[in-house]
Amino acid sequence: MNDGRKEIVQVIIVLVALVFLIKLFSIQVLDNKYAELADSNAILKQIDYPVRGLLYDRNGKLLVYNTPEYDIQVVTSEIKQLDTAAFCSVFRVTREELKLKFEELRAKKEYSPVKLTTFLTQLSNDDFARIQDRLIDFPGFYIQARSTRSYTTSAFANGLGYVSEISKSQLDRDTTNTYRQGDYIGQSGLEAYYEKYLSGKRGVRFKMRDVDGIDKGSFKNGELDTLSVPGKNLITTIDLDLQLYGEYLMQGKAGSIVAIEPETGEILAFVSGPSYDPNMLTGKNYSKNFKFISSDTTKPLFSRPLMAQYRPGSIFKIAQAMVALQEGVITPETRIVCNRSIINCHGSHRNEDLRGAITHSCNPYFHNVLRRMLNKGKANDPFTDTRIGLEEWNQHMRSFGFGKPLGIDLPNEKSGLVPSPASYDKAYRGRAWKFSNIYSIAIGEGENLVVPIQMANFAATIANRGYYYTPHLVKSIGESGKPLPAFQIKHFTTIDSTYFSVAVDAMQSVVEGGTAQYRAKLSDIIVCGKTGTVENNPPLFDHSVFIAFAPRDNPKIAISVYVEDAGQGGRAAASIASLLIEKYLQGGTKRKHIEDYVLRGDFD
Amino acid sequence: MDWVTVLLYAVLVTFGWLNIYASVYDETINQSIFDLGLSSGRQLLFIGAGLIIILAILIIDMRFYDTFAYAIYGGILFLLILVPIIGKEVGGNKAWIGIGIFGGQPSEFAKFATALAVAKYIGTIGFRMDNLRNQLVLFAMIGLPMVLILLQKDTGTALVFTAFMVVFYREGMSPFLILVGIGCAIIFVLALLVDNNLYLYAVIGVVWFALIIFSRRKKIKRLALLTVGALALIGMLQSVDYVVEKVLKPHQQNRVKALINPDADPLGYGWNVTQSKIAIGSGGFLGKGFLHGTQTKFDFVPEQSTDFIFCTIGEEHGFIGSLITLSLWVALLLRIVFIAERQKNRFTRVFAYATLSILFFHFAVNIGMTLGLFPVIGIPLPFFSYGGSSFWGFTILLFILLKLDAHRGEVLQRI
Repeated sequence: MNDGRKEIVQVIIVLVALVFLIKLFSIQVLDNKYAELADSNAILKQIDYPVRGLLYDRNGKLLVYNTPEYDIQVVTSEIKQLDTAAFCSVFRVTREELKLKFEELRAKKEYSPVKLTTFLTQLSNDDFARIQDRLIDFPGFYIQARSTRSYTTSAFANGLGYVSEISKSQLDRDTTNTYRQGDYIGQSGLEAYYEKYLSGKRGVRFKMRDVDGIDKGSFKNGELDTLSVPGKNLITTIDLDLQLYGEYLMQGKAGSIVAIEPETGEILAFVSGPSYDPNMLTGKNYSKNFKFISSDTTKPLFSRPLMAQYRPGSIFKIAQAMVALQEGVITPETRIVCNRSIINCHGSHRNEDLRGAITHSCNPYFHNVLRRMLNKGKANDPFTDTRIGLEEWNQHMRSFGFGKPLGIDLPNEKSGLVPSPASYDKAYRGRAWKFSNIYSIAIGEGENLVVPIQMANFAATIANRGYYYTPHLVKSIGESGKPLPAFQIKHFTTIDSTYFSVAVDAMQSVVEGGTAQYRAKLSDIIVCGKTGTVENNPPLFDHSVFIAFAPRDNPKIAISVYVEDAGQGGRAAASIASLLIEKYLQGGTKRKHIEDYVLRGDFD
Repeated sequence: MDWVTVLLYAVLVTFGWLNIYASVYDETINQSIFDLGLSSGRQLLFIGAGLIIILAILIIDMRFYDTFAYAIYGGILFLLILVPIIGKEVGGNKAWIGIGIFGGQPSEFAKFATALAVAKYIGTIGFRMDNLRNQLVLFAMIGLPMVLILLQKDTGTALVFTAFMVVFYREGMSPFLILVGIGCAIIFVLALLVDNNLYLYAVIGVVWFALIIFSRRKKIKRLALLTVGALALIGMLQSVDYVVEKVLKPHQQNRVKALINPDADPLGYGWNVTQSKIAIGSGGFLGKGFLHGTQTKFDFVPEQSTDFIFCTIGEEHGFIGSLITLSLWVALLLRIVFIAERQKNRFTRVFAYATLSILFFHFAVNIGMTLGLFPVIGIPLPFFSYGGSSFWGFTILLFILLKLDAHRGEVLQRI
C-alpha cells in the first residue's frame, strides 16, 4: 500500500519549510528595505527649528527680528476621508489648487505616505489663527512653526541682506548636510556672512506613533532627540540714526556713503543709493518681489559701498603726497610751478608748496610729484626706471588698503585696482610703457580703481595717523561678545606717522580755505577733508567725491561720500559728508540751507 | 505516551503565549502578561482549560473514539447547522455559538470530528480506496462540513478540509486528482499574472504540438485526449477573469490581487501583506527584542495576535527566532508522520495522517500568507494564535492521537 508515499509527504513538509526559510532569509537578512519601512511607519521625525539670531544697531536698537510663519505638513496615510469643501474654505485654497498641491506632493523625491511632508508653506499669523482650531477636523495634517525675517526700518537693506529658501545649487554644495530643502538661509549681506552664527542648530525629536498616528511616546526615551540651539544675536556697528539720515540725504541719488569710527574700524553708516525696502523680500513676498527688484535698472540690490569700483579722483592726491614724502622725493616745503601745459588745473594759484597744492588740488604739482617718484634714476633707461618706481609706489598704496579686498564682514567685496608693472604689461600687451603713458594716475584718474569702503578706510587711516582696523559691521557676536578676531588687528601703513600730520594739516586747509570751504566747514568742529571730481563722459556730470574726518584731534568719525553724476566734489559730496559729521557729533545740523541744497539735488 | 510530541507541544504553546503578549503589549499602559484585559491573560485561561481537556481525553477509554466517531461527527454537523440560525456574528463571520458564558466556534471542532469519521470509515473492514462508492462517501464526509462552514462565510476554515486529500493519497488514492487541483491553481494564478492571455494560449499550443510530435505511441485516443485537455485549459483561462470579477467577492478578489502585486495599492488591499512583510523583514537577523517590535505593537499589522502572530515572531526574534519556530514545527510534523507509520491499526494511522494534514495545511498557509507567498486566508497558526476554540480544537486533535498511539499495543490484541 505504501509505495514511498510516506517519504513524499515528508519531503513536502521539509520543502515548504525550506521555501519559508529562504524567503525569511531574503527579507530579514539580505534586504534592509523592511527595517527602514518599519522605522518610517512607527517613528515620526519632527524638526525643531531654531530661532534665527536678531540684529541690533550699536545703541541696542532692533534692526531685524523674526515673525512667526507656519507650514502645513501632511502624512497622507493618516488622512481619513478628506472633506475637500471644508478644507478649501479653512485653508483658503481652491479645489484646483488643492489638487495641484497633492500632485506636487506625490511628485516630491522625499515623499512617503507615512512621513511628514510639507504641504502648504508660509502661512501668516492670521491664517494660523483661523486654521488652528479647525485642524482637528483634518487628521493627518500638522502645523510646523517657523519664522521669517522682519525689519524695523527700511534702512541698511544692502548691508543686512536677505534670507530665502535654500536653492538647489546651495543644497548640493552643502556637504555637511546641515540644510534641508525648504530651509531658510542668508543669501546676501550680514545674513549670509554670519549665517553660521545666526542660524543656530536644528533640533530633532523622534516620536513613536501607532497606525492611527496616535502618539506613543518618545523613541528610545528620547536618547536620540536633540534640542534646537537658537542662533546668536548680532550687535552691529551701525548707528541707526546716522544711517537713516544718510539714506534720507541720498534719496534720488546714486552713490554711497561709508562712515567709520577710526579708532575701532567700526562702520557707523553704510548707505547705498538707490536701495530697497527689505520687508519686500520676506517670507511669501520673496518670490513675488525678488524678480521685480533684481530687474530694476537702477540696481537697488547692487551694494555700491562694497562693489562699485570708481576712479578716486583728487582724494588720491593725499596718498600721493604721503608716499612722495616717505620716498623723500619732496618735502612739505617743495614748491612746484602750476604748469598747465601738460595737465590742466583750476583756480588762480601759481607756485604752491605741498599744503597749498592739496588745498587747491593742483594737478600739475602732483604730476610732477609722481614723475619724481617713478623716475628716480635707479636705471638708465626710462622704461625700466618707471617700472622700478611704480613697483615701490604700488607697495605703498597697497598698505593703505587699496587694490585688494579689505576683508570686511560682507560677501562679494571688490578689490579696486592699484596699477602695477604687471597690470600695465597686460594692458599694453607687451609694448613698452613709461611715465608719459601712465601719468594720469597722478591725480587719481587713469587706471586707478577704488571702492567707497576703501576711501572711508583711507580717511580713517589718516585720522589715526598711520593705521587702520579692517572696517566691519558687527561689533559683537552674541549679547556681550567681541567682533571676529580679524577685526581686532591694527594694520600699519608703510608711511611714517610724521608725514600724516602734513596730510592732516593740508586737509584742514582744504575745508577752511580750499575747495571745500563753502559747504564742509563747520563753526565749532575742525573738519579735515579732501574733495575729488572724477571725470565722467560728457554730457553727464562728473562724479562728486569727498573724504573727511572730524574732529581734527582725536577723530570720532571718518567718512567717504561718492555721488554719481553730481559735479564737483566740493558740492554734493562735501555737503553730505559735513551734514553727517554734524549729525553724528552734534545730533543734527543748524545749516538748514545745506540740507535743503542736498535734498534739492541740483548741483549744477 | 509520546513525550517528544508533548514536549514540542508545550514549547510551541508557551512561545505562542509570550508572542501574544508581545503583540498586544502597550508600553504606555504596561499591563502584566496575566492581565485578563489582555489577550495573553485570556489565552492563559484557554491554556488552563486545555489542560483539563487533555486530562479528560487521556482518562476516557481509547475505544470511545472509535466507537463514537460517527456520533461525534454527527453532533458537530448538527451544531454547524445550528450556527447560521442561533449563532452570533463575531468579526464579520457568523461562526460563534454560545450557551451561557460558554461559547465557541463549532467549525474549529469540526476538524477533529471529521478526522475521526474519516478514520473510522477508512478503517472499516472491506474499505477499498479504488472503489468509487467508497471515494464518494469520503468526499461527502469532508464536503458536508465544508459546505456548512462556507455558509458561515468562513472560506479559510472551509479550505482546511481540502487537506484531507493528503490522507486519501496516503491511503492509496491516485495522485491524479491532487495534481489536477494544484495545476488548476497554478493556471489560475498565471492567468492573473500575465496580462495578455494570448501568450498563455501560445504556450499551450506549443506544448500541445510538441506532445503530439514527440509522443511515441500515436494513438487516436491519446491525441484526442491531448486536444481536449488543451481546449479545456484555454476555456479555463477564458473564465478566470469572469471568475475573479463575478464569482469571488470583492474582499476575496483583493486577497488574490494582493498576492500577485501588493505594491499596487499598499494602503488598500495590499496593506495586510505589505505591513506583514515589513514587520517580519524589519526583524533582521536577531530581531528587535521581546516587546520591542513597533509594527505589531502599534497595530500596523492587522490581527496581530491571531492570524498574523508570526509577524511578532519575525519582528521581535528575527531570523533566528523564525528558524527555531520553523524547526519546531517541522519536528512536530515529522514526528506525527513517524507516529502514524508505527501504527498497526488503520483507524489510528488514518487519524494520525488527518492530524498531520490539518496541522500542515494551517502551518503552510498561515506562514505563507504572512510572507506574501499565499493569499490572505484567515486561518490561525495552531498553538500560537490567540483564540480558545481553535486552541482547544488543535489540542483535542493532537491528544486524541497521542491517546490512541499510547494504546497501539492493545489495539493489536483486540484485532
